[in-house]
Amino acid sequence: MSEKHFKPEELTAIGYQPRRRDWMDPHVEFRRGTFNYSANPKSMEYLGLPFVRKWQPTEDDWQLPSNWKEIILEGLRERIHKFRSLRIFMDICVRCGACADKCHFYIGSGDPKNMPVLRAELLRSVYRKDFTTAGKILGKMAGGRELTVPVLKEWFYYFYQCTECRRCSVFCPYGIDTAEITIIGRELLNLVGIGIDWITTPAANCFRTGNHLGIQPHGFKDSVDFAADDLEDITGIKVNPSVNRKGAEVLFVVPSADYFGDPHYFGFLGYLALFHEIGLDYTFSAFASEGGNFGLFHSHEMMKRLNAKIYAEAKRLGVKYIIGGECGHMWRVLHQYMDTMNGPADFLEVPKSPVTGTVFENARSTKMVHIAEFTADLIKNRKLKLAPERNDSYKVTFHDSCNPARAMGLLEEPRYILKSVCNHFYEMPENTIREQTFCCGSGSGLGTDENLEMRLRGGFPRANAVKYVQQNHGVNLLVCICAIDKATLPPLMDFWAPGVAVAGLHELVGNALMMKGEKEREADFRGAPLPGKEEKVHV
Amino acid sequence: MKIFYSLLAVAVLITLAWVGTASGGLYYLFGVIFPAAAVFLFLFGIVYRVVKWARSPVPFHITTTCGQQKSLDWIKSSPLDNPSSTLGVIGRIALEVLFFRSLFRNTKMELKNGGKLVYGSAKYLWLAGLVFHWSFLIIILRHFRFFLEPTPAFVTFLQNLDGFFQVGVPVLFLTDIMILGALSFLFFRRVVTPQIRYISLISDYFPLLLIIAIAATGVLMRYFIKTDLIAVKQLMLGLFSLSPLVPEGISSLFYIHLFLVSLLLAYFPASKLVHMAGVFLSPTRNLSNNSRMKRHINPWNPPVKVHTYEEWEDEFRELIKGAGIPLEKE
Ligand code: SF4
Ligand code: SF4
Repeated sequence: MSEKHFKPEELTAIGYQPRRRDWMDPHVEFRRGTFNYSANPKSMEYLGLPFVRKWQPTEDDWQLPSNWKEIILEGLRERIHKFRSLRIFMDICVRCGACADKCHFYIGSGDPKNMPVLRAELLRSVYRKDFTTAGKILGKMAGGRELTVPVLKEWFYYFYQCTECRRCSVFCPYGIDTAEITIIGRELLNLVGIGIDWITTPAANCFRTGNHLGIQPHGFKDSVDFAADDLEDITGIKVNPSVNRKGAEVLFVVPSADYFGDPHYFGFLGYLALFHEIGLDYTFSAFASEGGNFGLFHSHEMMKRLNAKIYAEAKRLGVKYIIGGECGHMWRVLHQYMDTMNGPADFLEVPKSPVTGTVFENARSTKMVHIAEFTADLIKNRKLKLAPERNDSYKVTFHDSCNPARAMGLLEEPRYILKSVCNHFYEMPENTIREQTFCCGSGSGLGTDENLEMRLRGGFPRANAVKYVQQNHGVNLLVCICAIDKATLPPLMDFWAPGVAVAGLHELVGNALMMKGEKEREADFRGAPLPGKEEKVHV
Repeated sequence: MKIFYSLLAVAVLITLAWVGTASGGLYYLFGVIFPAAAVFLFLFGIVYRVVKWARSPVPFHITTTCGQQKSLDWIKSSPLDNPSSTLGVIGRIALEVLFFRSLFRNTKMELKNGGKLVYGSAKYLWLAGLVFHWSFLIIILRHFRFFLEPTPAFVTFLQNLDGFFQVGVPVLFLTDIMILGALSFLFFRRVVTPQIRYISLISDYFPLLLIIAIAATGVLMRYFIKTDLIAVKQLMLGLFSLSPLVPEGISSLFYIHLFLVSLLLAYFPASKLVHMAGVFLSPTRNLSNNSRMKRHINPWNPPVKVHTYEEWEDEFRELIKGAGIPLEKE
């Protein structure tokens, strides 16, 4: 599977006319490139998940436990009683269709079951059949569907063609959030041992080692040291990040891709440079070496299990508060779930910037500050010396990651920073940014190679908007604040908008930051010559 | 097929009421028993639904934020689209309920040749929805002149406003035209747009057709086939004062109208129409975005199996030591 198999023209030949076949009639075809492989039994075992077995979606027999139907219906009953969201979202959709063409998977695939309303109806029809009086009596006439194996297969296919991005929820007159339905739908599937490997294995890794990539403590330390060396090469300044140091003021938590992935890594250098420059007393933790949380893509329970280490580690190390790096779904969990699940964080203090004295009242309870909030405050208070012209070779646009945009509202902070650290910033069209931003198409654990066709389709609306600013303003750099974006936007750009690179916000901050005592920089963090220094760097 | 079934259902219901009163003389049944039962079902049903919703807790703070959060002092936040206070939430819900804020954002995606996506403004659904709901509300309020004696001042006021243009005798009500226009749009949109037709169920067509039939019979009675209004008012006052009586001389058309209204009331709580109540309880809209400022409590928050630091250190002790990372236990 590689993107060479198709051309953009082929993927944009999309028919939006629904098929003849009534959607109530369950039907799904597992075409290579549009679904994810099943969870590795070893990872399931490690996490203590039920019904461990070897199976693949393409097989006819999924080897379901004999009482699978009771398990799922019981699971649904339980969740209807536990989540008002679910119960209300099952009851009040009027099928107005306002959400239909808001989903990037529908736009990119034309598959009617990718309209958020129908994605939800896949579950809703079963709910109607088994949990409403009308459905029990009238069945199909009342929009009810029997839960059968084909229906279950449909759930699997379409709940893993939703990136839980919540764009549909913005447009729904009742705020019906299909992500919530997908999250619970996946939870139900996991009850009978149906999960995908790209979620289960990172979750198992994270549970064991502390991070999704399964990097062990020494590996983590090496990465941090390696980054410090790299930064010294570029700036001439030796920074001294610590790991598991007790008594530091701040615990800094990042998604693991930041210290292992590319282009994440350049942003990681940016963090190191920034914190050194302001003299922040901070430490990393090799145990809490992951801010991201693939548990969110698995179940509420798994989310809580993986998230627990952050507060535990903050407590053990005796820090005052926590700063979190650039990551989308990580911030969904930190902002909307962590305090509820694993709080109260009464052993921490309300975050206060040691440099500007600003008290982050908005993080008064969780005690966890987003790095963009932290940096924006530094810049506003003129605590950083910046040379935005060092980023002059970049024409920049900003991709709002779904979760910071629609589950937080972190819209202006990154923009303020960007405008301070680079001179050429262009917004994408209005309907594709801020709360209306389009997903990268690979979020919520769908970013695997086996799912590439679907990712390219789902990422099409995002890429299309980038292409627009590329053509109109010559944009060549797409900045974002999400680890999944940084991993999955580069292949997306190569396919739809070749010539646009992807970078983290703090990579540009690091480039522009004039550090005390630094040597004359020749190249930026990714090794490209700085404007005006082209001839000196050997490529 | 679904459209046909829905049409058939409404036609059968109309026939029932017509035959039942015109030939069967079942005035008491259609004039008193059905309406009373319907009101009871409506009230009971709505309370039942809302109580059921309310009994499921809101475990997590899952606000959908549609604007800038409240963070640093110097960054302007959006108090209505991303409220951080209760007042903001009230404002957000009010905008949603009174003006359909979210629907106002609606766009229409189009894939142009050459693979270009464009998003056009698409306010028709918003407009039709708004016109329908507001007209419906005003019409219901206007009907209070049949239920209350003397007619309250605000009803007279609404009536005058609604008939502002003083066209025709009896004066033409604007809302009558608007509701029929909006309903027709909503119905045809459902039938004509392939995607919307694809997602529509009987339970989408049926209530639309039912309300169209109610509006149509109402309009017929007011402007074309007059019925004895004094008698109607007697019937309604009797119902509302719980001392029912069935005056003579009320046309079958009126009974059809009343029967359809009764059905709508009875059907309301069991159908998607409960969105009227549900919109207030939707957790993505009625929570403030203050989840980092204030701890939200989940009433069920069972302990889960976690991997503790101690277990982690035990497993990796040698590696941690080798890397020079501090240990708890040497
Ligand atoms: S916008 Fe909301 S109410 Fe309308 S179809 Fe979608 S989920 Fe249902
Ligand atoms: S949450 Fe996102 S991916 Fe899922 S249905 Fe809604 S718009 Fe589509």
